[in-house]
Amino acid sequence: MRGGTKAVARAGMKRATRVRLASDAALAVVTAAFLLPLLWLLLSSVDAEADLRVRLPSSPTTENFQAVLTDEITFTPMLNSLLLCGSATLLTVTCAALAAYPLSRYRSRFSRPYLLTILFTTCLPITAIMVPVYGLFVQVNLVDTMYGTALFLATSQLPFSIWLMKNFMDGVPTVLEEAAWTDGASMIQTLTRIVLPLMGPGMTVVMIYTFIQLWGNFFVPFMLLLSPDQLPASVSIFTFFGNHGSVIYGQLAAFSILYSTPVLLLYILISRRLGGGFALGGAVKG
Amino acid sequence: MSAVTGTADGAPVGEPPLAPAGGGAKGTERDGRGAGRGARPLRWLPLAPATVLLLLFLAGPIGYCVWIAFTNTQLTGSSTSDFVGLDNFRRAFSDDNFRNAVWLTLVFTFVSSIVGQNTIGLALAGLMRAASRPVRTVTGAVVIAAWVLPEIVAAFLLYAFFRREGTLNAVLDWLHLPSQNWLFTLPILAVSFANVWRGTAFSMLIYSAALSEIPKEITEAAEVDGANGVRRLWHITLPMIRRSIGTNLMLNTLSTLSVFGLIWAMTRGGPGTRSQTLPVFMYDQAFLKSLIGYGTAVALLLLIVGALFSVVYVRLLKVEV
Repeated sequence: MRGGTKAVARAGMKRATRVRLASDAALAVVTAAFLLPLLWLLLSSVDAEADLRVRLPSSPTTENFQAVLTDEITFTPMLNSLLLCGSATLLTVTCAALAAYPLSRYRSRFSRPYLLTILFTTCLPITAIMVPVYGLFVQVNLVDTMYGTALFLATSQLPFSIWLMKNFMDGVPTVLEEAAWTDGASMIQTLTRIVLPLMGPGMTVVMIYTFIQLWGNFFVPFMLLLSPDQLPASVSIFTFFGNHGSVIYGQLAAFSILYSTPVLLLYILISRRLGGGFALGGAVKG
Repeated sequence: MSAVTGTADGAPVGEPPLAPAGGGAKGTERDGRGAGRGARPLRWLPLAPATVLLLLFLAGPIGYCVWIAFTNTQLTGSSTSDFVGLDNFRRAFSDDNFRNAVWLTLVFTFVSSIVGQNTIGLALAGLMRAASRPVRTVTGAVVIAAWVLPEIVAAFLLYAFFRREGTLNAVLDWLHLPSQNWLFTLPILAVSFANVWRGTAFSMLIYSAALSEIPKEITEAAEVDGANGVRRLWHITLPMIRRSIGTNLMLNTLSTLSVFGLIWAMTRGGPGTRSQTLPVFMYDQAFLKSLIGYGTAVALLLLIVGALFSVVYVRLLKVEV
């Protein structure tokens, strides 16, 4: 009897191992497919004679990085990106925090339609309104201005940030606030001294997520900014490498790495807070 | 069964615990502090900056879009703009290039979002639950890295991958399979695969969360009853995560509909118009052909499709706000 159970258990173990090995093998194949383009990026960046294939560089070099680390190719576009995305992020997070507070704490007949509209707006394809936005910007002379582009970028991320911020704020208990209210603190004081510090991690997530989204945004600055000295890295990489007859692939790879590193690092910083639910657009607070 | 389903994927999110009624109800009791009734509208004042921005830069352009779509505005001068009624739309539906763009958008969305991202994402999430830890970690890191990279970098990487001299053909040669110039012979498939490469992580994360919500007892019970893998997937797993499947499909489709940078950097809609999806067609008509009115009409159609999906999505979520 006992031997029988053991045999069943062993068969079960074997089956479990088989399933695990099969899963590992399947995942390895898929991972390899996903990895190849990334490998090209890493290997080409240190290969002076890089072409379009993945291959080990004969003699690894930092030549490509040295070649792109100039004002024209790297520093100006990265600084523009930082100014553009940084200011837009600050604006978005400030407006979202302010808006989320009453939405989370008070109830009126407007709050539900307002929030549903916000949720609806998070899904609208921003790409589709870029033609009219360009038309409007021409009429009010905002085309090719950094602040105009930053304002639009901030607004494009605003619905999602408000939604996310409101959900984070709902998680902050109201007890401390009530104490502050009784002590006669104003709403802004309560918000800045009590609520926002308490939801620090949530704020950081909203801020970093917004920044990552804006940093990678190509279409908006591509449409709204024209002068080469104002272009952020997302567009300059395209105009510089995309329009040159013979592309130096090693340099393209090197610059891509420089441009991607900030968002990869920021993502790692917040990845723990990003479960599947967050990815769903936070929207799915169902 | 229905009760179990509700808990299993009713909350695929689990982010901050929501206290829907609590916060609000307490809030209303809280304003007996001197301010009195006069301050009630004031407490909605913090909504103002966000609302102003949204009205100016989002509602404004949408309204403008509706107006321009019915005019014959051109880039060369606003004085020539006249109201032309439905002409732009009539023109669109009889324009071969427009119909081509609609068809390509459908192919692109179907292949990359519905089949590619969704199915591969679900498969990866399922396999990761059964795989050993190191494999799981490496897969997660690689797939998510592809997702976090900026769009334009992803476009360059996959351009290099699919070019005639690129890595894909090198691999095919090595396997003794026929190679070809992917960006020329099958451009729409190449950009679809690029979109799969870039977007699968999102579905993977959602399905990982949804699968981890399924109670272990249920799968074990089915196993004991002798249900095999396929039957368990079809009769237990899929029904239990159906809401996540719905939301995921919706969000994938919405983001795929508006992909522009990836296609523009890889093929510019070419060769010819063979990878020209609606956003690329819209850009081409409005800016390269200077037909702002016509381009905007196309944009409006895209916006309406997006809006319909959004409404379905919002209803599907049945959010409590």
